[in-house]
Amino acid sequence: MFTSPQPSPILGEGVQKIMKTSLSRLLGLLSILLFIPIWELIVRASNLPKFILPSPIDVWTRFLKSLNDGSLLYHTSITFFEVLLGLLAGTLFATIIGYMLAKSKTLEKILSPYLVASQAIPIVAIAPLLVIWLGDGILSKVVICALIVFFPVLINTIVGVRAVSSPLYDLMNSLRANRLQILLKLEIPASLPVLLGGLRIGATLSVIGAIVGELVSADRGLGFLLQLGDFQYDTSMVFVAVFMLIALALLLYGIVTLLERRFLKWQK
Amino acid sequence: MFLRNYSTSGSSQRHKIMNPKPALAVKNLSVVFDENDNKIHALENISFNIHQREFICFLGPSGSGKTTLLRLIANLIKPTSGEVNFMFGHPPKIGMVFQQPNLMPWRSVLDNIKLPLELENDIHAHEKALDMIRLVGLTGFEDSYPRDLSGGMAQRVGLARGLIHEPDLLLLDEPFASLDALTRERMWTELSNLWQAKQKTVIMVTHSINESLFLADRVLVLTQRPGKIKLDMPVDLPRPRKDDVRYTSQFGKLAKKLREAIE
Ligand SMILES: Nc1ncnc2c1ncn2[C@@H]1O[C@H](COP(=O)(O)OP(=O)(O)OP(=O)(O)O)[C@@H](O)[C@H]1O
Ligand SMILES: [Mg+2]
Repeated sequence: MFTSPQPSPILGEGVQKIMKTSLSRLLGLLSILLFIPIWELIVRASNLPKFILPSPIDVWTRFLKSLNDGSLLYHTSITFFEVLLGLLAGTLFATIIGYMLAKSKTLEKILSPYLVASQAIPIVAIAPLLVIWLGDGILSKVVICALIVFFPVLINTIVGVRAVSSPLYDLMNSLRANRLQILLKLEIPASLPVLLGGLRIGATLSVIGAIVGELVSADRGLGFLLQLGDFQYDTSMVFVAVFMLIALALLLYGIVTLLERRFLKWQK
Repeated sequence: MFLRNYSTSGSSQRHKIMNPKPALAVKNLSVVFDENDNKIHALENISFNIHQREFICFLGPSGSGKTTLLRLIANLIKPTSGEVNFMFGHPPKIGMVFQQPNLMPWRSVLDNIKLPLELENDIHAHEKALDMIRLVGLTGFEDSYPRDLSGGMAQRVGLARGLIHEPDLLLLDEPFASLDALTRERMWTELSNLWQAKQKTVIMVTHSINESLFLADRVLVLTQRPGKIKLDMPVDLPRPRKDDVRYTSQFGKLAKKLREAIE
């Protein structure tokens, strides 16, 4: 009935739209639900030992156990904190520097070799260095997150600010708007769609940054939990940590989506 | 300010003849654009004066520097030589209406119209914008976004935004060029009424002889590039001008003179 190609005359267009989106959501949920029995089936058929491939039930049990002893929440919140702080710091620096670069071709020429070079170095390669320099506490992870977030947000800021329509600058100047008014009432709202696109990429990258940092050296966080599970042949724990990471990334992604809904409702 | 205490009743013609205060003097204005060592002479030796509350139109072929002239007056670019002098408000408040509606897509109709007042931190911005919306006939569309407007409606938003902060000088750059003929002629009447009610000094650029004769007190014709003033012609048609003014012999005579000047 949902897939009927004829638009139903009884239902309004809005109702049909809601049905369509809830149907596509249902499909997403269905594919996740289907994934679990298939996983269980593979475990049973292959007869692999638990420390190589745990079953969904093993993982669920491990999840509940770590939830009850508080360790899961503790490590997740540490990683979340690092990811969020890194994301905020990286975004802040990237938008400020990106704005300056968008406004000044000279500055862009001076800085661009460094920016491109910094992008050519894989973050995995310099993560150990940063841990050596900044210690194996939270700071080094935040810096790694910030670095990995920096570039995509920077590029999007430059693209976004450069794309602000010049007739709108004419409008603001004909009204004798000052620099701050042009920034707040023209440049920020005009480049916000591209900016939030950068933040969306940055949010997922930031999670990767935190894990890279924690895998190098840490005594807490989901990366630490992952490594601990690995050392102790507690593969269920590794799975739990991986799922928590996915949840973290999804949460951040969802926050950016909410921001887009809130601030970009003028777009289709 | 002079706009406030001006009575809207009575003929503007009479008022001007009795009391022609100068508003703007343009002297020997020349503009040369330097594009990759390729010098483009856009305007050459332009001089003219405007009185307060006068409505003047610029006619001219494409590329004759009409937009450039408006941008100079709005102080968006600097002339190569010559000067623009304002006889009022230092610096004067300007309302500009662009050839494209040039609205902010992230702002609703109401918020677009409000912008000039926001920049002045006017606490009555909201009520004034609602008044303006009524004036340009967009009641009911306050919360619509520009993408949901027709070309004519968007242009009226642009017009409302150009007028809302009671500018000393209104600059209109082919504001109706993108409209269909019917809407355009309705807009002439609307603009004419608005001008009669608010009595701004207006400089309008257009391609249309009819439009200029319907609206202006004076029409100035620019030549091909580089733009020079070829004709400065008063339009002595009675106001308010109705649609049928176009079928009078005086209108025909003025139109002929303009057509000959444009080539
Ligand atoms: N910023 C600029 N840089 C270089 N050349 C310019 C610039 N602005 C305008 N010109 C040139 O100056 C000339 C006059 O342009 P302008 O836009 O003022 O003409 P116009 O009379 O408004 O034409 P139209 O009727 O087509 O709108 C054109 O040849 C144009 O290419
Ligand atoms: Mg033009």
